[in-house]
Amino acid sequence: MSLWKYANPAEFMRLSGRLMPVLGMITALCLGVGLFWGYFFTPDDYQQGSTVKIIYLHVPSALMAINAWIMMLVASLIWFIRRHHVSALAARAAAPVGAVFTLIALLTGAIWGQPMWGTWWVWDPRLTSFLILFVFYLGYMALWEAVEDPEKAADLTAALCMVGSVFALLSRYAVLFWNQGLHQGYSLSLDTEKNVADVFYYPLLLVIAGFVLLFVSLVLLRTRTEIRMRRLRALETRAGLVAEGAT
Amino acid sequence: MRALLRRELTLALRAGGGAAQGLVFFLIVVLLVPFGIGPEPEELARVAPGTLWIAALLSCLVTLDRMFQTDFEDGSLDALALSPLPLEAIVATKALAHWLTTGLPLTVIAPLLALTLNLPGAAYPWLIAALGVGTPALSFLGAIGAALTLGLRRGGLLTGVLTLPLYIPTLIFGARSAVAAANGQAAAPALLLTLALTLAIVAVAPFATAAILRIQIR
Repeated sequence: MSLWKYANPAEFMRLSGRLMPVLGMITALCLGVGLFWGYFFTPDDYQQGSTVKIIYLHVPSALMAINAWIMMLVASLIWFIRRHHVSALAARAAAPVGAVFTLIALLTGAIWGQPMWGTWWVWDPRLTSFLILFVFYLGYMALWEAVEDPEKAADLTAALCMVGSVFALLSRYAVLFWNQGLHQGYSLSLDTEKNVADVFYYPLLLVIAGFVLLFVSLVLLRTRTEIRMRRLRALETRAGLVAEGAT
Repeated sequence: MRALLRRELTLALRAGGGAAQGLVFFLIVVLLVPFGIGPEPEELARVAPGTLWIAALLSCLVTLDRMFQTDFEDGSLDALALSPLPLEAIVATKALAHWLTTGLPLTVIAPLLALTLNLPGAAYPWLIAALGVGTPALSFLGAIGAALTLGLRRGGLLTGVLTLPLYIPTLIFGARSAVAAANGQAAAPALLLTLALTLAIVAVAPFATAAILRIQIR
């Protein structure tokens, strides 16, 4: 038995159907405890005051905005190489979720930036790259919507995802050349010396785990919906053909 | 390959080909900018390289639909795909023809328009050089966008949505060179980066475009 077994839609539906409630519960637990802990049981920062607490939404969503695209890239590659429909549908399902995470990261950043930097928006490399990433998400979703033939749509969007990945990365480093930043460097790393203080760190880790699980659950849920839509369409087509044959 | 190039150029230059339209479009976009930001010469000089680059991106974009669309509709693309020439080479030839009828004339008239925008004298060679080495990338990247939206109803807007983000790196490096020269800084690094980017894109983009076209005509 291998992982590829779950590329079969029926197997995938059975497994994901069993996983969904468990995942949903753990997600709710992580997010609930993490956010509650972060918002009410951590001290205010000595410089930033209580605005520091937006970190519990900003950092995890920014992290997942990028990871969602990477997951779409991997799923697109799997679709290109092995042509498993579940993979293509999972990539499609992940796009809106990733786009919303990107938007959350941008909005929370703006809300934090207003009191801290004194401006809602600056053309800082990090901010700009996130806006570019958001545009790539929108283009990807628009192409899925525009192409009618599902197989062709899967192929074209997979190609776009690969080209887009290269150019999203290229833009990331090109904007560094274009403007110096205001955004602080990374606040999380495995090297604990450079981390944020422990009081903020542990609830943050919990929220990040919650966001990862939230992403996985949402993608599973949306993929299940996509598979059901496919089946529905197949049934409708078949019914239509039968009706035509009868007349 | 040479015959294909001649065919593409003839089609573009003859009546209804639209090569001149891209150029007129370029002129109009540049003409609109002073209305938008005011006629002060210092202001215009500051935005001149960026304006010309954005206008170049847009006029490349609006002429993209003729790259594959008509051939796709009348079946020439299928015939071309069956020819002994590899599809990658066909794509490269078409992108080259697109550049010769869009990017190149645009580079030639750019200094004239830069004059109306009061660009400082030191920036001219860099502006022309950057447009010259940067615009081929626009045509080759545009081929990807044009191929992706082939055969779609209302595909024109989507072509822009998909293609313009790909232009960002070229725009950043390309415009930077003339801006740096106008401010008395070193302009060569940005120009070399533009060139590097273009060479990489010209080398790789035809393969991506050909792969997409194979999906489209399958």
